[in-house]
Amino acid sequence: MNVFEYLKKLTETPGPSGFEQQVAEVIQESWKPLVDEISLDRVGSLIAVKKGLGAEPRSRILLAAHMDEIGLMVTQVLSLNDSEDSSGFLHVTKVGGVDLRHLYGQTVVVLSSAGPELVGILGSLPAWKLPEDKRNKPFDFDDLVVDTGMSYGELKKLVAVGDFVSFRQPLRKLLNRRATGKALDNRTSVTSITYCLEELSRRNHDWDVIAVATAQEETRLLGAFTSAYALNPDIAIAIDVTFGKGPGATGENTFEIGDGPTLSLGPNYHPGIHKALKEAAEALEMKVHTEPDAGSGGTDAFGIQIARAGIPTGLISIPLRYMHTMVESVALSDVERAARLLAEFVVRLDDQFIGQITDDMMDMKANSN
Amino acid sequence: MNKLLKQLTEATGVSSNEKEIRLLIRDLVDEAVDEWQVDSLGNLIVTKKGTGQSDLRVLIDAHMDEVGLMITAIDRDGTCKFMTVGGIDDRSLLGKVVRVGPKKLTGVIGAQPIHLLKPNQRNSVVKVDAMRIDIGAKSKDGAAKKVSPGDTATFDTMYEEAGDYAFGKAFDDRTGCAVLIELLRRDPFPFDLVAAFTVQEEVGLRGAQVVAYATKPDVALVLECTPAFDLPNERDVSPNVSLGKGPSIYVMDAQAIQDPRLVSHITRTATANNIPFQIRQPGGGGTNTAAIQRAAGGVPAATIATPARYVHSPVSMINLNDFENVVSLADATLRTLNRDLFNRN
Repeated sequence: MNVFEYLKKLTETPGPSGFEQQVAEVIQESWKPLVDEISLDRVGSLIAVKKGLGAEPRSRILLAAHMDEIGLMVTQVLSLNDSEDSSGFLHVTKVGGVDLRHLYGQTVVVLSSAGPELVGILGSLPAWKLPEDKRNKPFDFDDLVVDTGMSYGELKKLVAVGDFVSFRQPLRKLLNRRATGKALDNRTSVTSITYCLEELSRRNHDWDVIAVATAQEETRLLGAFTSAYALNPDIAIAIDVTFGKGPGATGENTFEIGDGPTLSLGPNYHPGIHKALKEAAEALEMKVHTEPDAGSGGTDAFGIQIARAGIPTGLISIPLRYMHTMVESVALSDVERAARLLAEFVVRLDDQFIGQITDDMMDMKANSN
Repeated sequence: MNKLLKQLTEATGVSSNEKEIRLLIRDLVDEAVDEWQVDSLGNLIVTKKGTGQSDLRVLIDAHMDEVGLMITAIDRDGTCKFMTVGGIDDRSLLGKVVRVGPKKLTGVIGAQPIHLLKPNQRNSVVKVDAMRIDIGAKSKDGAAKKVSPGDTATFDTMYEEAGDYAFGKAFDDRTGCAVLIELLRRDPFPFDLVAAFTVQEEVGLRGAQVVAYATKPDVALVLECTPAFDLPNERDVSPNVSLGKGPSIYVMDAQAIQDPRLVSHITRTATANNIPFQIRQPGGGGTNTAAIQRAAGGVPAATIATPARYVHSPVSMINLNDFENVVSLADATLRTLNRDLFNRN
């Protein structure tokens, strides 16, 4: 697959949390030829099953990447001076972890529930026209307006309070096979799953693979909780993005982009899965990094781990610069590495795997006593 | 789609680096003018011969430079430090895509992710000297092969239209350039028309200053794009100018009182021709009128502007009817200019 072109199509499709139908359709189209079953669940997650070659009843692995992105929602349709033919504006609020500092001057698409999509820009009065106590702060949702150029009369016919608004940003290339755009959190990981499914179609695997593009991760991990419950897999791997080292982000909790994916270790992850992922990376001679995580709960792994009686869960992350902005940036090589690692991990799963990671837990316990 | 506005706003021309826009405009007016020249600052000065009915020397000005960024240094990690050229609010920079240097390399202005911010950082403005442009380079050497300190950068914004409105960058003052190009393509005026596409307006009206001296006009008209503050605002219910209400006519700004005789000629012309107009609320800002009126012993000058929201930001907005009306009003104003208007008796 052409990773850039695929990622371009995915990231340029709007899909704020709770409005995933359009992006789900694009993903469905690409997964369909690679899987045996595919459907949408009740909360909007896309679920596909690729059957393994093992004897029934086969064990099952869940691969989860969220397809939703941060966005905005209309809170008010307002006019310049209450007349129908004066300029109309929208006030908005955030859907997910939107950073106010980046909003002024962005272009958006209003996903109008009553008509066509409308292009708008996020503007404000200049800072010096605002009350004095606001002049040294980022523009907030009281000051920012979405401006479509429509009159108040036209606008209120087309846009309702509660309509979703998505950022609009074409995916672009940077130097060194890097890509920049919006919603790379987490369409990069969806791309890795697609790439992995392609690779698995050329390789033999015993286990059933359940690929899920989850809904509403950015707001409350909804798709992770519900799909893990419904599908009840034996183990699960979530794929997400992590903090790329870059301007203003240099701590130990950040990772070089283009230097390989990270494998999380900590309360939300099963140590046996972490170890098996590392072994798969070694088999591929792939550079990976351990990402210590004290239980931040920022990914689908957090929800999946405690579904039903508990599911052994791991997390692979792709380093990304400028998370939750409209210029998120990744190295395409990391997207491909995460995919090949996933595929290798799946191919290595056999009927001993669950027993082994359970035994390991007991050994650790025995040693510590 | 207004092709002229699209071409002009998508071209780059940060103050001091106006070559691309200068060449574009030269090509756009070449067939409509009798001569063109470029001066030592980079101003493009063209002359369109008149019918010979009047010996008035008329200068018409539109600045072709735009606000932007300039690379100042390359960091060890391959990202670029930069400063702003002209007035850009720090708040408009984060999360934007820019085109850097002569090769127009794509770069982005990011920041540390919201997840890693301390609570007080979430609500404070990041200053430009803490920002970096990221072109994807892995090292200082890698970046140095592609960009150099002194290179300029502009926002990567496409021109687009929605109904009567257009979105794009640099409407300030490519709308003025577009109006001027339209005028040059029309029938000859009664007098020779000297048209200047000036440089460095955004950093102190410097291009117009030398053009006015060199051309020594009897009268000058400045074509501008003025910021409109017609947004919902509880404290101030009368905006300075509004989009869709017609050309904005300057009377006084922070730097100049426009020539009252010329201003009243403009408003009379608008009324006589049924062209809507609005007097821009006197107040801040400034146009090339300030530089021209005190050059070469003094030149009567005034400004007609297309109002735009969100100027000096990645994407601004105009009403296309306003733009067309500026063309009509400037045309009618010029064709009825005569020496009697400026006699001091």
